[in-house]
Amino acid sequence: MARSSSRFDTKKVNSELVTLTYGSLVAQMVKDVENPDDVNKQLDRLGYNMGIRLVEDFLAKTGSGRCLDLKDTADKIQTAFRMYLGVQPNVANWSPAGDEFSFIIDSNPLTDLVELPEDLKGLRYCNIICGAIRGALEMVQLDIQSWIVQDQLKGDANTEIRVKFIRKLEDAIPAGEE
Amino acid sequence: MVIYGVYIVSKSGGLIFNYDHNSPKIETEKTFSYPLDIKLQYENKKVIVEFGQRDGIHVGHVLYAINGIPVVGRQMDDGRDVFEVLDNKDNYPINIKFGRPKMTTNEKIFLASMFYPLFAIASQLSPEPKSSGIEVLEADTFKLHCFQTLTGVKMMVVADPNQVGIDILLKRIYEIYADFALKNPFYSLEMPIRCELFDVNLKTVLEQVEKSGISAM
Repeated sequence: MARSSSRFDTKKVNSELVTLTYGSLVAQMVKDVENPDDVNKQLDRLGYNMGIRLVEDFLAKTGSGRCLDLKDTADKIQTAFRMYLGVQPNVANWSPAGDEFSFIIDSNPLTDLVELPEDLKGLRYCNIICGAIRGALEMVQLDIQSWIVQDQLKGDANTEIRVKFIRKLEDAIPAGEE
Repeated sequence: MVIYGVYIVSKSGGLIFNYDHNSPKIETEKTFSYPLDIKLQYENKKVIVEFGQRDGIHVGHVLYAINGIPVVGRQMDDGRDVFEVLDNKDNYPINIKFGRPKMTTNEKIFLASMFYPLFAIASQLSPEPKSSGIEVLEADTFKLHCFQTLTGVKMMVVADPNQVGIDILLKRIYEIYADFALKNPFYSLEMPIRCELFDVNLKTVLEQVEKSGISAM
């Protein structure tokens, strides 16, 4: 449906709005929770809850089918990054077993205007993305782990998000799907 | 372009949304003289026409009112029993209103959860491995189209058997669900959808389809 993709395009917003909103969310959380580890957990949970809803939006708008291997999954998440964050990360660093890979993002819109203060070195600012990937994949019956390996905010050249396949949630697969 | 209803069933098989779009209300009112030439029966808490179809009153229709007094179960609103009233010759001529039985919400929930195992059985019965469940269920008066998303939510549309392009409509309903139900922060997953924006947008799409066809979406 050509119409629906144009409908999607019209709703694009300035990425700075997202950056600032997300920034104020994290800043407020840091104030409320204090311990950066707890903030990381909260961000991950928040991302998870976003992911389990957002995946339907992705499926409805792209009409993509079920993934049969992890490469396929990586491709689709790449598309999702483009749809929701306007960036195209590179998929790299495949593990030999093919069950682990990374997204390399060279300019992450969430961190565009951000500098991390010294006392918050433990904060994983973009943890929400990890949670979102985990939540979204869980809804399509893939159990994965996701974490940040490199962070531009901590002096690395790129932001690297690692995704590790754990298992397929066989018993959660809807009838008539497998 | 006739669409009778839209249903959404959650991953766990519960009805989370239903909307009756275009079921024409059929009601017939008629004055009878003694003795009543229609056989009535009390069944499933309703008084049903069992035999004696005529003048737009069909077998299976439900008795709604007698002399303008609504009937609930086998009792009239003033407390009298329907069959006692109808058996009494003094009450004639009598005016009775019949109509097509309306499905209650409970019955709809029941039917939606019945469809769930049927869908699963269909995929197991299949001679070929990895079959989908029921996608179209056809009867002489309607076709039920079912679309299951990868996450297990089922969108169903009951439409006229000649209606084409329902698969596109189902995908559109999925988009509306993703937009207006799931992006509503106050909607909790798996719960019945009570979002006004969802209703409004769904109705708009159905009306568009009704007026100018599927291609207008």
